[in-house]
Amino acid sequence: MSTLAESHNPGSHNPGGHSVTEAARNRRFGPMYSRNVKAVIARGLMATKSSNWMVMLSGFFEPVLYLISMGVGLGAIVGAVQGPGGQEISYAAYIAPALLAVSAMNGAVYDSTWNVFFKMNFAKLYQGMLYTSLGPLDVAMGEIFLALLRGLLYATGFTAVMGVMGLITTPWAILMIPASVLIAFGFASFGMGITSFMKTFQQMDWINFVMLPMFLFSATFYPLSVYPQYIQWLIQAMPLWHGVELLRQISVGIFSPATAIHVGYYLVMIVLGVMLTAGRLRKLFLK
Amino acid sequence: MWVPELVSNEELSSKQSRTHTQGDQMQYVISAENLTKTYGDVTAVDGISFNVPAGEAFGLLGPNGAGKSTTMKMIGGVSQRTSGSLSIMGLDPESHGPEVRAHLGVVPQQDNLDEELKVRDNLLVYGRYFGLPMSYLRPKADELLEFAQLTDKAKSKVDALSGGMKRRLTIARSLINEPRILLLDEPTTGLDPQARHILWDRLFRLKEQGVTLILTTHYMDEAEQLCDRLIVVDKGRIMAEGSPASLIREYSTREVLELRFGSERNATIGAELEGIGERLETLPDRVLIYAHDGEAALEQVSARGLRPLTSLVRRSSLEDVFLRLTGRSLVD
Repeated sequence: MSTLAESHNPGSHNPGGHSVTEAARNRRFGPMYSRNVKAVIARGLMATKSSNWMVMLSGFFEPVLYLISMGVGLGAIVGAVQGPGGQEISYAAYIAPALLAVSAMNGAVYDSTWNVFFKMNFAKLYQGMLYTSLGPLDVAMGEIFLALLRGLLYATGFTAVMGVMGLITTPWAILMIPASVLIAFGFASFGMGITSFMKTFQQMDWINFVMLPMFLFSATFYPLSVYPQYIQWLIQAMPLWHGVELLRQISVGIFSPATAIHVGYYLVMIVLGVMLTAGRLRKLFLK
Repeated sequence: MWVPELVSNEELSSKQSRTHTQGDQMQYVISAENLTKTYGDVTAVDGISFNVPAGEAFGLLGPNGAGKSTTMKMIGGVSQRTSGSLSIMGLDPESHGPEVRAHLGVVPQQDNLDEELKVRDNLLVYGRYFGLPMSYLRPKADELLEFAQLTDKAKSKVDALSGGMKRRLTIARSLINEPRILLLDEPTTGLDPQARHILWDRLFRLKEQGVTLILTTHYMDEAEQLCDRLIVVDKGRIMAEGSPASLIREYSTREVLELRFGSERNATIGAELEGIGERLETLPDRVLIYAHDGEAALEQVSARGLRPLTSLVRRSSLEDVFLRLTGRSLVD
């Protein structure tokens, strides 16, 4: 073990013959980032191995149960409806992409709000991480990546279920998977920034208060045209509506200039969300 | 077992020459100058200065709210100072947080082990946070489990461990990157005497290996056992600084005579004891006479015809110093 002796030179502390500070030397974000997101991701995967699989599975089944009860059950009464571009599709095929968008939102928001809130305030996990070479940005990016990975798995599973139920009619539908991840990214980056303002459980409840109406009214189960104009504008300003519309267009392979607006909405949301989160992390962790 | 490697003369001399060329800063692994931290109107740390040379066990003593933990956080670069300067091995922890922390091991006041991971995985994952490769971490984790006497718990869940075991695992975890400086924030609070003594032994071994220990504690016996030098902090300021023995010499007498006259009489007897010993302190339950020779003081008490219910002569301890400097009133 030559490393202890070497460690007497502060510049080249070098356990195991591997440079600890190499990452830090290249850092671009000062004390915020040490280019070691993969360690946070590795931790998340290892924790998942030992954690409760039922929680993971319930996240997958929730939209599937909605699809079966509403799409198949309610769909028997509703019959065929008008999809994007005007052609007739089954009610199940109409709500399935919307449910996928909702599940992308729910998963991302849960992971980036409740999960982060708990790890920050109760498990003190981040405090431990930040006493290592990790910076807050490594932690944030790692956690967001894990949320997206989970979203990717759910989206893939749900798209497969849609295929089995005969709700997929075009190869374009495969793009719903990356589009779901885009939606999840938008919500996760914002969710984490918002959680950083939360101090108590009561405040956390406000998140549900915003999410539930968004789920019910964002053209999830019926078209936007049922609302008066000013309500339509309000809903169109909300992120979920853009996700619902984007996935609905992809599911039938019919695109319009609005598609670019939906994608653009999420790109802007991601950029703003990451900036908000990164800005808040310094305040939170480097008090 | 973890065998320390001695620093050769050659390395020592190269270190000295570096010290010579780079100025005073390098002699100390930690150097704080007028370190201040305020939260709004509250001044947690109020302009403290201290230097810690490599290999020293340095203690921060003080009542609750004295600013010990805040100082520790600033050293770790997870709390930003309001003013003053701080240098950890020549680097400012605020601008070089990840680099500074690469050399630090941290044992926080409350265990923050990863409850979702098994015991050995806690060490491996923590090592990866430092960017260390698995080829180094696997044998290192086993070595540290041995050091912490947790080898047979390697595959256990963290919440199945006792308080003492968790504490030892936290210390083992803090050593995964072979830190040059170990920050210990009340390392033995809440442990039973057996667990404390095992921990002290482990910490003493680390000190022998040349690790610099920075330690906060409420236990004066712990400070006397472990610290080469310490500062007593109160209300964010340094009240005294020195080795345990020199502090006792300076702020207390060699011996203390404790007398109990019953709670009724303790308060009024002070006047009758005037002039015995160097200093007299009247407490609700007993009277303390600080004297160089406690037995001689007791004879003087008897000579004045006073008959205490009980009497005890003991050596002065760091606790006497601490209470003298920080007062006896409760701090919340």
